[in-house]
Amino acid sequence: MTAVEDRPATEIGTRRLRKEDQRLITGRTRWTDNITLPGMVHLAMVRSPHAHATITGIDTSAAAQAANVIAVYTAADFPEGLGVCANAWPITPEQVTPDHLPMVGDRVACAGEIVAVVVARSAAEAQDAAELVDVDFEELPAVLDAMEAMKDEVLAHPSKGTNKSAFWQLDSAAAGTGGNVEEAIAAARADGILIERSYRQQRLIPAFMEPRSTVVDPTGEQVTMWTSTQIPHILRFLIAATTGMSESKIRVIAPDVGGGFGGKLQTTPEEFITLAVARRLGKPAKYTETRSESLLSGHHGRDQYQKLTLAATKDGTVTGLKVELVANLGAYIAIVGGGVPVLGAWMFNAIYKFPAYQFNCQTVLTNTTWVDAYRGAGRPEATYAIERLMDELAAEVGVDPLTIREKNWIRHDEFPFTSVAGMTYDSGNYEAATARAKELFGYDELRAEQARRRASGDPVQLGIGVSTFTEMCGLAPSRVLGSLSYGAGGWEHASIRMLPTGKVEVVTGTSPHGQGHETAWSQIVADRLGVPFEDVEVLHGDTQIAYKGLDTYGSRSLVVGAEAVVRAADKIIDKAKVFAAHLLEASADDLEWGAGRFHVKGTDKGVGITEVALATFASHNYPEGVEPGIDADATFDPDTFSFPHGTHLCAMEVDTETGQSRMRSYVCVDDIGHIINPLIVEGQVHGGLVQGIAQALWEDAIFDDNGTLVTGSFVDYTLPSAADTISFVTENTTSPSTTNTLGTKGVGEAGTIASTPAVVNAIVDALRPHGVHDIQMPCTPQRVWRALQSARSTHPGSTDEGSLQ
Amino acid sequence: MTRINVTVDGVKYSDEVEPRTLLVHYLRETLGKVGTVVGCDTSNCGACTVHLDGRSVKSCNVLAVQADGHEVTTIEGIGSGGELHPMQKAFHENHALQCGFCTPGMIMQAIDLLKDNPDPSEHEIREGLEGNLCRCTGYHNIVKAVAAAAKAGE
Ligand code: FES
Ligand code: FES
Repeated sequence: MTAVEDRPATEIGTRRLRKEDQRLITGRTRWTDNITLPGMVHLAMVRSPHAHATITGIDTSAAAQAANVIAVYTAADFPEGLGVCANAWPITPEQVTPDHLPMVGDRVACAGEIVAVVVARSAAEAQDAAELVDVDFEELPAVLDAMEAMKDEVLAHPSKGTNKSAFWQLDSAAAGTGGNVEEAIAAARADGILIERSYRQQRLIPAFMEPRSTVVDPTGEQVTMWTSTQIPHILRFLIAATTGMSESKIRVIAPDVGGGFGGKLQTTPEEFITLAVARRLGKPAKYTETRSESLLSGHHGRDQYQKLTLAATKDGTVTGLKVELVANLGAYIAIVGGGVPVLGAWMFNAIYKFPAYQFNCQTVLTNTTWVDAYRGAGRPEATYAIERLMDELAAEVGVDPLTIREKNWIRHDEFPFTSVAGMTYDSGNYEAATARAKELFGYDELRAEQARRRASGDPVQLGIGVSTFTEMCGLAPSRVLGSLSYGAGGWEHASIRMLPTGKVEVVTGTSPHGQGHETAWSQIVADRLGVPFEDVEVLHGDTQIAYKGLDTYGSRSLVVGAEAVVRAADKIIDKAKVFAAHLLEASADDLEWGAGRFHVKGTDKGVGITEVALATFASHNYPEGVEPGIDADATFDPDTFSFPHGTHLCAMEVDTETGQSRMRSYVCVDDIGHIINPLIVEGQVHGGLVQGIAQALWEDAIFDDNGTLVTGSFVDYTLPSAADTISFVTENTTSPSTTNTLGTKGVGEAGTIASTPAVVNAIVDALRPHGVHDIQMPCTPQRVWRALQSARSTHPGSTDEGSLQ
Repeated sequence: MTRINVTVDGVKYSDEVEPRTLLVHYLRETLGKVGTVVGCDTSNCGACTVHLDGRSVKSCNVLAVQADGHEVTTIEGIGSGGELHPMQKAFHENHALQCGFCTPGMIMQAIDLLKDNPDPSEHEIREGLEGNLCRCTGYHNIVKAVAAAAKAGE
């Protein structure tokens, strides 16, 4: 037991270095593309260069004759179908949902859609031969922009008769969660403040660093698929559900997965096609996408038009918020594509006490890449809008942006608080997070510097951006999902096996791809069971090992998945207690549990849980009437979401002559409840911040008028590098969540959700005296410069240049 | 096909390669050195970074035939005698990786960076890593790790 004595008093809360790292830093990682199997064939996809076209003929003969080509298939070669890229969340019963087949034979509805697949002995030969497939396309008119799509003049899917997929509304008066928003707006129009704005959430690309790859081995009794996915369990289910294969004959493995950010939360055409080809040929098959294919055909994120109306009294007390969204789904409704913008319904009202609220969301189909979850998924869009609006309100009232927020936010003594959208926030302390952030940031000093620069007419102005965000994490209570017509539940599963040698295997249904679950789950179990951190092994991402799970997305893994682990551990302790009592010849009631041991109260007699594990392995001596084993599993379904929040402060220097902006400092204080591993939390926040900052400043997925993705490589889709970013100051305040045993709230998306409005608010704040009150994202130097020119050429306070018309 | 003789991670290899074969594909597919990865098709991401005669190169940007007669070091060859290279250690200790996909290239680039400039400022570290993209870490801890490795090497 010496190892136990050496370990920290509690693992939870310590900066444990990650277990995962050894293989990752030495190049022993198991990426899907590293897998080579005997006789393996390689696939290359033939994709449509057109956004919308009829296929009038496909000639595969030249490709079929190319060196080492084994087969060329089109959709016609699979009359039985290849499965379906399913939409699991129809947001209304009437939702217009075009069929999404992995390979199409008659018509393509977006560029990049797959029309044929070439199979060869090597990837290079397959790619060469793919160039030889001759497809005759007859181009059709394409609709690309969501607002254009609303007109229904050009149809993305002519047979559907409309581009409008679904309309979804939440109205606080109708729901009984608040007042009538129209009345609030009328009152503000008559005698108050009305802020009406239109914002654009540009389209983004998740751009995980590991291109997606799939290997299928059909040679065993079971078909095994290795794939770079966030959702091995959901994928297995959907393969079975849409191909007719027996679920028990499919094993899906997500080996090491190189990032996802929602981008690998999908069942993809490429996965279905690789599966079909492998089964057809009876040979292992591999497909790995190029980066260009990834940027074009992996799903995109965001892409919303937002029309917002905020009503307030003259002193800046908010009275109502009306949200009207038009969300571009792309050509097909992705797995949760329709639901992502709807997630904003509970978030636009954010941390503020709006008495009346209405959320309207219209989803539309276009001839563009499909759109689905990207880090934050619906919540960054909402947070951006409300945090921009609160700054506008502050400007209108003439007070500091933090003052207007404080005036309207939920005070810490008002929790639990039921929002106007009907969500009950369990805990939070916006005052504490804000106070700490201001201190770390040097808020007052920076405001003083800003005033000096303004007064002196410094060409480089300083702007301070505020974002006091909240989000909902821990997707999700199954009953809530059911009421929203989501196709699955939101529970999570875990099982724990006590091995006879004292080691512990933890099987989790979550599927990490960089988040460090192996480390964090080990810390949790080490504390709970009183075993050394090193003795805990966390297994995941293989449907044969972790047979039950709902995978990793929506900051759910810790809040839902780790809670299942805790509950399984508690069951083990309960079971072990019976054995311990028997071994100690004591009554179970007389036993005390602590630090991995059962003690007989008032004596020095005791037995460790690992000794109990060994005793149950031998099972030579155990109580009558119980089964010889203490392993346990648990499924946890949360009652509600969790609501992390934080205060993010950003200082930007903006050159009013060139439009160049430079981040000077960024401070965030996040309240994510109890923290398991601060090191991992900081990493999550840093990475999230840069993704959110990138939306504000650099990233933009652009199609030309023909529907060709202009930003189709890393040359044009500009991910920030180390040289573009700065070091951050991150801290935490803690108000534990009451929805789970550990008091955690989730942290995966916080940085991304909060940072985008903080940056844009900072730039606008810098330029407000110049008459600029909005700049459309990404705020490139050109856009900033144009906004300034336009403001100068008209008069201060009335520029719309650079903003959404 | 062209014959090349190349030393990779201290081992001599002699192979017939197609003239168009990229070094990264030779490493991965012929030699099974899958520690080096491919993240893009435009030489932007740096995931494939290795050392050619001790200097970092993007191995997707070098033909295998160009490595003929030269020495290549990959992420798999930088540790010695079962010990991690100080840069690997620094990445681990500073939590400079999450998914780890960019990590091999990032470590190889960082080693080269310190070779040029053993005592870089934060700015110099950031500039020196400009050709290597990471989507997970926000670079904060990568920069910290490189600074820590520099300090440890003093
Ligand atoms: S693979 Fe991206 S730079 Fe080489
Ligand atoms: S750690 Fe994932 S890309 Fe860098």
